[in-house]
Amino acid sequence: MTTDTTTNTPEAAAVPPPGASPARTRATHGHRRLLTRRDRFTLALMAGVPTILHVLLVWVTAIASIFLAFTTWDGIGFDSIKWVGLDNFKQLFNDNPQFWPAVQHNVIWFVVLILIPTPLGLFLAVQLDKRIRFSRVYQTVFFLPVVISMACIGFVWQLVYNPDTGLINSIIGANKPGHYIDWIGDPHLNLWAVLIAASWRHTGYMMILYLAGLKSVDPSLREASALDGANEWQTFKSVIFPTLRPTNTVVLVVTIIEALRAFDLVFVFNKGAQGTELLSILVTNNIIGESSRIGYGSAIAVVLLVISLAVIIPYLIATFRKERRA
Amino acid sequence: MRLSPSGLSLPGPSRRSVLRGAGGAALLAGAGIPLLSACGSSGSSSDPKTVTLGSNASDAVPKKAFADVYAAFQKQSGITVKVNTKDHNTFQEQINSYLQGTPDDVFNWFAGYRMQFFAAKGLASPVDDVWQKIGDNFPDAMKKLSKGEDGKYYFVPVTTYPWAIFYRKSVFQQHGYKIPAAWDELVALCKQMKKDGLVPIAFGDKDAWPAMGTFDQINFRLNGYDFHVQLMAGKASWTDAKVKAVFDHWAELLPYHQDGFMGRTWEDAAQSLVSKKAGMYLLGSFVAQQFTNKADLDDLDFFPFPEINSAYGQETVEAPTDGFMVSKAPKNHAGVLKLLEYLGSPAAEELYLKTDPSVVAASDKASTSAYSALQKKAFDMIGGAKNLTQFMDRDSRPDFTSTVMQPGLQKFLQNPKGVDSLLSSIERQKKTIFASQ
Repeated sequence: MTTDTTTNTPEAAAVPPPGASPARTRATHGHRRLLTRRDRFTLALMAGVPTILHVLLVWVTAIASIFLAFTTWDGIGFDSIKWVGLDNFKQLFNDNPQFWPAVQHNVIWFVVLILIPTPLGLFLAVQLDKRIRFSRVYQTVFFLPVVISMACIGFVWQLVYNPDTGLINSIIGANKPGHYIDWIGDPHLNLWAVLIAASWRHTGYMMILYLAGLKSVDPSLREASALDGANEWQTFKSVIFPTLRPTNTVVLVVTIIEALRAFDLVFVFNKGAQGTELLSILVTNNIIGESSRIGYGSAIAVVLLVISLAVIIPYLIATFRKERRA
Repeated sequence: MRLSPSGLSLPGPSRRSVLRGAGGAALLAGAGIPLLSACGSSGSSSDPKTVTLGSNASDAVPKKAFADVYAAFQKQSGITVKVNTKDHNTFQEQINSYLQGTPDDVFNWFAGYRMQFFAAKGLASPVDDVWQKIGDNFPDAMKKLSKGEDGKYYFVPVTTYPWAIFYRKSVFQQHGYKIPAAWDELVALCKQMKKDGLVPIAFGDKDAWPAMGTFDQINFRLNGYDFHVQLMAGKASWTDAKVKAVFDHWAELLPYHQDGFMGRTWEDAAQSLVSKKAGMYLLGSFVAQQFTNKADLDDLDFFPFPEINSAYGQETVEAPTDGFMVSKAPKNHAGVLKLLEYLGSPAAEELYLKTDPSVVAASDKASTSAYSALQKKAFDMIGGAKNLTQFMDRDSRPDFTSTVMQPGLQKFLQNPKGVDSLLSSIERQKKTIFASQ
């Protein structure tokens, strides 16, 4: 609690320090009239409850999981927590046959999202920005997958990929013994099958982001480039795209986050079985259940955390630097 | 729901389980959930006329069947059973925190290692008193299944169902197939079926647990019950030549399995048996649920997995058994004993089976007069078994089976040639998991 009564915070007004001068007392009286006891209580509640929740659910749990990553614990009683040092990480890096594939798949996830749906979304946005006829209809059609939850997308695409009764195999006749395509089970196929579903959604997401960016491009720039005799491609390459720089930053960050948090689609699809392992799924498989490996699962979560931080911290530093300059 | 004998057919994680995932909140949630559920029952805790019961029977049929059983118990004893039903899978996911908080007096659970695990952690009460009264109702194999590692009883079985090879009588008649009694006959039959244009063995391993059933059958037929138990308990080595032999046998059979099994659920695989495209299907008797047409169901039959090693014959039957356990400090102890005594009686089982005919009674004293031919056969097979196993994930540490064996077996199915490195990887992971007890 501050003793500086000249601040205007409600806390300062609430507790005048002993021996305050009459003039100051009058000042705090003024505040009292503004903020009744009930107001202060409400304010404390509004600020305090979210703070407590945030600290408890975000900070305490994050720090606890870092601590637990160096222990083994089955979740039964605190006395069964055993300190094992780096054992979990050693096992993870050396013995877990799913760990390195999972890391690899998370990376592939990011690369694919940035190489395929992102340019596609940009392309669609540029087309829609030209105010073509039925623009709103196209916009809705492409954006629709973004509104649907990933889990639902997983269910829908499972129906398409089902090896026996799915749409694709039924059409191309690949559901007979001898020539059989197992979209969901074949480890050489299933990651790509899931990525098509993920890209299907991501394209719409990117399209909306770019569309918003394009709307904010100053029309006089287009005019100027048209006057200079630039064709459409030249205008886009040299004038429009450079002005989209802030949007590109957002797109990059969003895509990295999407790649790291990828979970629901795969979990519904085949629970991260052979070929579709992801870090988030390994965490879940180890922690949820009757006799959980909470320490081991936390170690995987910590790896995920470190990767996330390695990506996010440089971004934050760059952003803050820019703000300070401005 | 007994679709999945595994505890792992998880629905999407609830917000709560995600919080648990963060680690520190585990106990927070652990203390929270049962406290909430206890609010309702705390008022009646001093009531000697009430017993609380945590139920995982969330599906309509078993829920109704158990409700009838509790109603009959109330009529007989005057004790009300207050049921707290939770979604089947959620119940399993939260069992840890549930039992550590303020659990109900009695709860639904599974026999075998899974029961022993919680008994050894001190989260369940022994029920030897009850078994003094109900002991005569059960065959020896069931008694063995109900005991903890300390030799005390912790479990009262109610229903069970066998794993076997299912087939259509009409298909076998049409082609003149004979029931294979030995391994070579099974392989020969597969070859013949393939020639006849059938898929010899229906198979779907998308949910990752069905493959564990095949492993179990080959392992206890080839190496015997004792070795199987040793292996499941983490005592025998996965790099043992005996285990390698199991995979060699499996690899011999694998070409006759239905194509594309990694992307197929057991329900879809069962459809190929329903439509007579597949000749055989190794699964639990719950496969009958997929036979919705009465004529098809009457055509369904099964035989035990053929003998591989004559030293062990067909003496072991895989029969997952469901029943009840008592929490560590039940509020109404006297009432609990009465309830369990009733649940362990043939009358209670008969009543249950009236509503849910997809399983059979665990007791060999229950009347079989209302059974279908399939149920009678299942009952005889279990009653005649020298040893009963549960299922890989019920006979071993669930964390081991879910994080190591399920992906491991799927890896084998994808690449049957890489068994040696797979087995040493499994053994390495097993050591660390079983060491962390």
